[in-house]
Amino acid sequence: MAVTSMIGARIQRREDPKLITGHGNFIDDVNLVNMAHMSVVRSPHAHARIRSIDTSAAMASKGVVAVLTAADFKPVIGGPLPVTNSFVADKKQVPEQFPIAADEVAYAGEPVAVVVADDRYLADDAAQLVVVDYEPLPAVMDIEKAMEPGSPLVKSDRPDNIGWDAAFPGGDIDAAFAEADVVLKQRIGQQRVFPTAMETRGCVADYIPYDNRCTLWTSTQVPHFIRLFVGGALGVPESQFRVVSHDVGGGFGAKLRPYPEEYLATAASKLTERPVKWIEDRTESLQATTQGRGQIFDVEVAAKRDGTLLGLKFTQLLDIGAYHGVFSAFQVVACLLGGGCYTWKAINARSIGVFTNRMSTDPYRGAGRPEATHLVERIVDLVALELGMEPAEVRRKNFITSFPHTNNFGLVYDSGEYAKSLDRAMANIDYPALRKRQEELRAQGRYTGIGFSTYVEICGLGPSSATAPAAGIALVESSMVRVHPTGSVTVSVGTHSHGQGHETTFAQIVADTLGVPYDSVEIRHGDTGDTPFGYGTYGSRSLAVGGMAIMASCHKVVEKAKKLAAHAFEASEEDIVVDQGRYFVRGNPSEAKALAELAFASYGAGLPEGMEHGLEAVSYFDPPNFVWPFGCHICAVEVDPETGGVSIDRYVAVDDCGNVINPMVVDGQLHGGIAQGISQALFEEVLYDDETGQMLTGTMLDYFIPTMAEMPHFELDRTVTPSPTNELGVKGIGEAGTIASSIAVINAITDALTPFGIKHVEMPARPDRLWSMIKEARA
Amino acid sequence: MITAPFEYARPRSVDEAQSLLNKYGSDAKVIAGGQSLIPLMRLRLSQPTALIDIQGIRGLNEVRRDNGSVEIGALVRHVDIQRNAMLRESLPILVEMSNDVGDNQVRNLGTIGGVIAHGDAAGDYNAVALMLDAEIITNKRRHQARDFYRDIFTTALEHDEVVTAVRFPVSTGRFAYTKFRRRLYDWAIAGVAVQETGSSWRVGYVNLATTPRRGSAVEAALAGGASAADAAAQSGSDIDPTSDVRATAEYKRHLTQVLTVRTLQKATMAA
Repeated sequence: MAVTSMIGARIQRREDPKLITGHGNFIDDVNLVNMAHMSVVRSPHAHARIRSIDTSAAMASKGVVAVLTAADFKPVIGGPLPVTNSFVADKKQVPEQFPIAADEVAYAGEPVAVVVADDRYLADDAAQLVVVDYEPLPAVMDIEKAMEPGSPLVKSDRPDNIGWDAAFPGGDIDAAFAEADVVLKQRIGQQRVFPTAMETRGCVADYIPYDNRCTLWTSTQVPHFIRLFVGGALGVPESQFRVVSHDVGGGFGAKLRPYPEEYLATAASKLTERPVKWIEDRTESLQATTQGRGQIFDVEVAAKRDGTLLGLKFTQLLDIGAYHGVFSAFQVVACLLGGGCYTWKAINARSIGVFTNRMSTDPYRGAGRPEATHLVERIVDLVALELGMEPAEVRRKNFITSFPHTNNFGLVYDSGEYAKSLDRAMANIDYPALRKRQEELRAQGRYTGIGFSTYVEICGLGPSSATAPAAGIALVESSMVRVHPTGSVTVSVGTHSHGQGHETTFAQIVADTLGVPYDSVEIRHGDTGDTPFGYGTYGSRSLAVGGMAIMASCHKVVEKAKKLAAHAFEASEEDIVVDQGRYFVRGNPSEAKALAELAFASYGAGLPEGMEHGLEAVSYFDPPNFVWPFGCHICAVEVDPETGGVSIDRYVAVDDCGNVINPMVVDGQLHGGIAQGISQALFEEVLYDDETGQMLTGTMLDYFIPTMAEMPHFELDRTVTPSPTNELGVKGIGEAGTIASSIAVINAITDALTPFGIKHVEMPARPDRLWSMIKEARA
Repeated sequence: MITAPFEYARPRSVDEAQSLLNKYGSDAKVIAGGQSLIPLMRLRLSQPTALIDIQGIRGLNEVRRDNGSVEIGALVRHVDIQRNAMLRESLPILVEMSNDVGDNQVRNLGTIGGVIAHGDAAGDYNAVALMLDAEIITNKRRHQARDFYRDIFTTALEHDEVVTAVRFPVSTGRFAYTKFRRRLYDWAIAGVAVQETGSSWRVGYVNLATTPRRGSAVEAALAGGASAADAAAQSGSDIDPTSDVRATAEYKRHLTQVLTVRTLQKATMAA
C-alpha cells in the first residue's frame, strides 16, 4: 500500500488542472437568478466636504433599481468598519469609518453612493449621472508634513493626524551606543505598493428577507472574519449568515479584512430585495483596495571597529492612509524584528502612524518583516562598508547562534542555523569567483554588484498568548476530520487558500497521518456553512497553525480507530499497532484492518459499550509560539552607468522553512515571493500628486508590475531546520521570498555603485534615479 | 472598466465608412484593431457615440511594392508585418520595430493604420513614417508624414477621413531600432530609429515629445561628418520630452543621446 510518505512528496497541485484550463470558480463566476449589479460612485477628491448628492438623473436612468447614499445605509448598517486594537501605544487615535462617506471624503476613491441596476453596464452608465457637489479641502499627502503642528487635517473632526505613537524599548540603548567605535545614520524608505492580486475584489450578496438569512460570496482570505463583522453589522446572526469564498485569485494581505463594498452590497441586497453583485474593476482596485508599505525609517546604528553590532535606534513613520486598515497596526512588527538575525545589546524603536489623504495601508505579503529585513540588512552593509569589512563577515560575526533565542523585545526565535544558509548560498553562487569577476569588470568600466540578505522572519500567527494582548484576537485555527463509512475523508478547515495549494498539501498531511490514500481525502475551505470557525489565511500561518489543527483531529480519529480495532480483534487497546493506516495486534501484522474497515464498523452495530457512532473529530490548535523561517539570498546585478538600467545576472536563494510538505509548492511560493520583492526593489511605486491627492499610477499602464521577462532565473536551494514548536516541524514560506528579496537587490545595486562613492539606494531603483545619483557622484 | 454606450457599424467599403462618419458626426470614431482606442474607452477617457469598424473592408490589408515604394494597407497587422518576407527585404526597419510592438495579443490585433491614425508619439511606426518621409493615404487625400503629426494625439486627419494605406520608400540601407523600457511590454521611455538612405542617415525619435520627432539636427551633424557621439549631442533640439511616471525629462534627454550613439553603432556594426 503506497499510501505513506506523502509528506515531503513533490506532487503536482490538485487544484491546477481546473485553474489552468479556465474551470475555476472565481467571484465573477457566481451568478444568481434576478441578480442586480452594483456600481460604486467614488470621490474624485482626496479631501472634500460633500455639500449635496443629487441622485435623480441616475435614478431615472435605464434599468436602475436603486441609487443609495449614506443616508440610506445608516439605518441598515449598524456601526463602523472594525479595526483591531493596535499594539499597545502611548498614544492612539482610532477614528471610526462608516462604509460610505456621509459629509466628508478623506481619500480619492472613497465611496459616496452606489447604483444598483439590472446589469453592470447600466449601473456604470447611471453612476456617471450621480451629481455630487464637493467643496474641496486641503489634502495632506506627505507623512512628515502631516505630523507638523498646524498641518491641515486629514479629516476635519480629528485633533491631529497621528494614529499612534508607540515606543519599543529593548535594552539599555545609551549603554550600547556608549561602547561604539562607529555610529552611522541612514534614512531608509519603503514606498507604497499595490498588492495587485490577479483577481480583483468582488462579492455577491443574497439577502432573503423573510428568513433574515443571507449568503455573501466574496473573494477573501478570511471568510469567517467577514461573517463575524458583516453579519454583525447587518444584524444577521452567524447561524443565518453564510460567507462563501470559492477559488480566490490571490490576496497578498489585501483581502484579509471586511471592506466597505461587502457591507454595501449586502445592505443593498436587503434594501432592494434582490441578489446584488459587485465586481471591482482594476482602476477601482488601485484606488480602493488596501496598499502595502508606505513607510520611512530613520535609523542609527552603533558598532565596534571589529564589526560587532551594539545598538540600533530607529523610528518607523508609517503612512496609515485616511483611516486605519483593519490590521494596519500589525506593520509595527517591523520594530520588533528590526534586529534581524543578529545579537544586539539594545534596540530602541518607535513607531508613529500618520494619517494622510490616501487609501489605507494594511498588511501586504510580509507585512512588517520585509521592512525589518530591508532596514537591518541595509544597515549591516553600511557598517561593513564603513569598516572595510566583507558584508558576509559582519553578518557571520553577529549571527544568533543558540536557540531558542529571546530577542531584545522578548520574542523567542524557535530554531535556526543562519551561518549554514549563508555558507550554502555563497557556495551556490561561487562567491569568490563572482568577486574576482567584479574586479575585472570594474577595470573595464563595468559595474557589477553582489547583495546579501540574511533574514529571519516571524510567522505562523499566532499563539493566543501573544496575539490576544496585542491585537485583541486569539489566532488559533480549526479543523474537522470526518471519515465516511467507506473510508473517504472530508477535512474542513478554518483557513482559506487564496492560491497556496492547501487542497494538495493538507491532503498530503492527512493521507500520511491517517494512513489513507491521498486521493480519498477531500479538503473543504472557504464556506462558513461547511467549516468550523477559523481566522483564515495570512501571516504564513495555514500550515504551522491550520496544518497542526488538522494533525490534532487526525490523531483523535486514530485514537478512536484504535479502540475500534481493539474491539474487533478482541484485544487490549495498548496492544494495537498502527502502521501506515493498518491496525493490527502486536506481533500479528498479517491480520490487519484498514482504516476504511474500521470506519465502516464505526457506523454499524455492535460498537464497544459506551462508544458513540461515527469516526470524526474537531480540533482547535493554539500554537505555543510563532515559527521563525530564515535563509540567505544573494543577488548579482550589473548597472549600466549611462542609462541607470539594472540587470539581474544571478539570484540565489537558500531558504529554511523547517520540514517541507511539498517541495514544489514551496518553490512556487518562493518564486512568487521573490518576484514581488524584486518588483518592489526595481519597479513598483504608487504615486499620488502631492498637491491634488490624485493618483498618478491609476492604471496598469502607469504602474509597473514586471513580467516574467524582467525576472531572473531563481536558483533555489534549502536547508531544513525543523521547528521544535509543532509536531510537523514546519514553519511558513508564503512570505519569506518577499521578506528576503528586496534588500538583496538593493544591496547588490549599492555594491555595484560603490566606486562612485554611493552608499545607499532607495526603492524603486528606477533607471532615472540611479543615473542622476551617478551623475551627481561624478560631478 | 466598462465603456460608455455607443453605436456600432461595420461598413463594407471605404465610401460607406465615410458616409457613416458623416452621418454620426464628429463624435464617431474609426476602429480597426482597437488596441489603443478600447483601453481609452474602457477608462471612459474616450466616449465616442459610434464606432465605425473598418475591419470588414476588403483590400486594406495588402502589402505592395512598386517604383521604389512599399504600400502597406491600413488593416495590415503587426503580426503580418513581422511575417512579411517582402517587407523584410524592402523595409526591414519596420519589421524590426513590429517585433517589439506591445505583446503578442497587441501584435495579433493592432494595425499599422491604427497606429498612424492614432498619431501617438509612443507608437513606434510613427517615428519611422516621419523620418522616411512616408505618405499617408486616406479616402480623401495623400498626406506627407512631415505635415501629418500636429500635436498630442492630433493628426491632420479630418473627422470623415479614413487612413487606407501608408507608403514608404524602399529602404534597404543599414538600420537599427532601440527601445528603452522599464518592462518588455511597456511604452518606450525613449525609442531611437536610424536608417541609412544612400549616403545619409535618417533618425527618428519615439515618445520624446507630444508628437513623433525626426532627428533633423542629428542627421545634419552626421551629414557634416560628425562622430556618432558629437551628432547625438545635437539631439536636444530634436526632442521635447516631459517628466512622467516613467522618467524625468532631464533623464530622457540624456538617455536619447546615449541611445542615439548606441543605435548608430548597432546599425553600423550589424552591417
